[in-house]
Amino acid sequence: MAIRERLSGNEAVAYAIRQINPDVMPAFPITPSTEIPQYVSTFIANGEIDTEFIPVESEHSAMSAAIGASAAGCRVLTATSSCGMALMWEELYVAASNRLPLALALVNRALSGPININCDHSDSMGARDTGWIQIYAENNQEAYDNFVQAYRISEHKDVRLPIMICQDGFITSHAVENIELIEDEKVKAFVGEYEPEQYLLNPQMPMAVGPYATSPFYMETKMLQNEAMIHARKVILDVAADFKEMTGRSYGFFESYRLEDADYAIVMIGSAAGTTKEAIDELREAGKKVGLLKIRVFRPFPGEEIANALKHTKAVAILDRSEGFRAGGGPLSAEVKEHLYDIHASTRAVSYIYGLGGRDYTTVEAKEVYRQLEDMIENGTNIPQYQYIGLRK
Amino acid sequence: MKDTIEIRWHGRGGQGAKTAALLLADVAFKTGKYVQGFPEYGPERMGAPITAYNRISSFPIRVHSNIYTPKYVVVVDESLIGPVDVTAGLKEDGAIIVNTPESPDEIRPLLNGYSGKIYTLDAKEISIRTLGANFPNSPMLAAIVAVSGIMEEHAFMKEMETSYHHKFAKKPEVIEGNMNALKLAFKEVTK
Amino acid sequence: MKSDISKIHEKSKYTDITPGNQIYGGGTSKAFNTGEWRTSTPVLDESKCVHCLLCAPVCPDSCIPVVSGKRLAFDLEHCKGCGICAYQCKFGAITMREGK
Repeated sequence: MAIRERLSGNEAVAYAIRQINPDVMPAFPITPSTEIPQYVSTFIANGEIDTEFIPVESEHSAMSAAIGASAAGCRVLTATSSCGMALMWEELYVAASNRLPLALALVNRALSGPININCDHSDSMGARDTGWIQIYAENNQEAYDNFVQAYRISEHKDVRLPIMICQDGFITSHAVENIELIEDEKVKAFVGEYEPEQYLLNPQMPMAVGPYATSPFYMETKMLQNEAMIHARKVILDVAADFKEMTGRSYGFFESYRLEDADYAIVMIGSAAGTTKEAIDELREAGKKVGLLKIRVFRPFPGEEIANALKHTKAVAILDRSEGFRAGGGPLSAEVKEHLYDIHASTRAVSYIYGLGGRDYTTVEAKEVYRQLEDMIENGTNIPQYQYIGLRK
Repeated sequence: MKDTIEIRWHGRGGQGAKTAALLLADVAFKTGKYVQGFPEYGPERMGAPITAYNRISSFPIRVHSNIYTPKYVVVVDESLIGPVDVTAGLKEDGAIIVNTPESPDEIRPLLNGYSGKIYTLDAKEISIRTLGANFPNSPMLAAIVAVSGIMEEHAFMKEMETSYHHKFAKKPEVIEGNMNALKLAFKEVTK
Repeated sequence: MKSDISKIHEKSKYTDITPGNQIYGGGTSKAFNTGEWRTSTPVLDESKCVHCLLCAPVCPDSCIPVVSGKRLAFDLEHCKGCGICAYQCKFGAITMREGK
């Protein structure tokens, strides 16, 4: 029997952490992720879990300690947001290239400047090429479910890559909503114990982590790392299938909402997808064939699957919650368009930027995006191919 | 979105408007509803205006935007009327509840021509009477429950008692005062 | 077997390299003949050596073995010829010779 509860997104992730009881958590506080280490510290103080909490003096040290603990053979996590993750930058690459499983509970927040505490995806999108698996959530339920699945993916012997479980700062992290929790024993059985084949604290098999690699080795090492990301595709789906068996809740690379027969689609990530669904239902009642593709897994990028799910539409709007500063759109739009091109899709694709620094995105704006797509196709109207939603002009 | 009740709270940082919104979500959750309770932060400083929101529905809530056309508005700090357009988008068939010693008729001229229902409650006075300090959020929580009918009084009081026993486990002496504040607020909120 | 790093070399296919270049097994640097890099070589004058043993701990490559309180001959498989041992010897027992 699932447990009916109401929790904020941060509480939900902390709840999963308590159930998993990882070995080590080095962390440094930053809004809006601060509550996660706070809750975990409380669980430790109350004797509910025996995680070793390491207070550190910066996020660079938090990630460094996480890397050391993972290399030692521990199940590790940390939590951060925004500038905190920016300070981890160097170490994000080290964790991934050294093939160290670990989980990062990321609560997405805009990067400075101007300094801003609210949600956008510029922190994790900036880290999209660091070699981490990235999974995003629409609401507290998905943040919780994704975290429960995280270690099974990250620690899988064919993967061994760090994983970022992302949720939208404040919008889900600080919003109390209904949630279905899984019983402790079921989560423990699902996640299992971490048993690495090789680890630093194994006296039977000495090892070294992070050696210097000369040019004759570097590219080969990178290809091997890339193959791990390719393997992650299957593992993510396998873990999702097991998760569905346990909970009935279904997860894939992305969620298609009323997309199968849609003429016009929005592609986006995160909490605003729920708002778009609401707009879709309203437009469908008015006879408009509109749909949504909500991306859950951004790394590895399921580009071919996305393109195939969109190719029947007349036009798609790709909504980025981060600016790419390529003077032409954000990272999601670039990648989706690349894959539409690869399969020779005739779908028109338009790039939008929305929700930067916590700017609200409403059903009104979602409906306006669909209106523009329809206007472009039905009336041949020229619409800007790259624009900001809700910008004062 | 059909059947969803949307509520907007206006307060100042430190007055507990966010906490009140979360408590209201708690209460509605206990009645079997789907709920949302979330804050919108501005400068994140004590005294700065803050807004908090609730959605309460019989169906799962998917919208993650702020609330622009609320059914109810709760003003936890009267001094916000003026600097903040508290009735913006407020439905005419809804209601606004203001923490003030004044009557609804005295408040109406300050509300930009809002013609819907106005309720007032002297939450500061109730709080000082029952708790010895100004914590207006508990009385205002009772007022919105009374006005909106989200929950019947007896069940609400029972839920809140449980909630306070949990929340104030280390300060049980404040529970009785808070319960009295709720009772008085239920009685004294006036149209 | 990927964990046998003695099989990994500059011509290895990428599929034969360990994940993250992790190195399995201890003391693997012994297999690396860094003595080949040497352009000058320490020479010990045994008549001047008093076995004070100050040279052994300063050697960055642990190339001066010590047994029963006596230093033995240089390990030239790994000595890179840095000259630190000669510099610190107060008895003039170690000199650096050009070449291997």
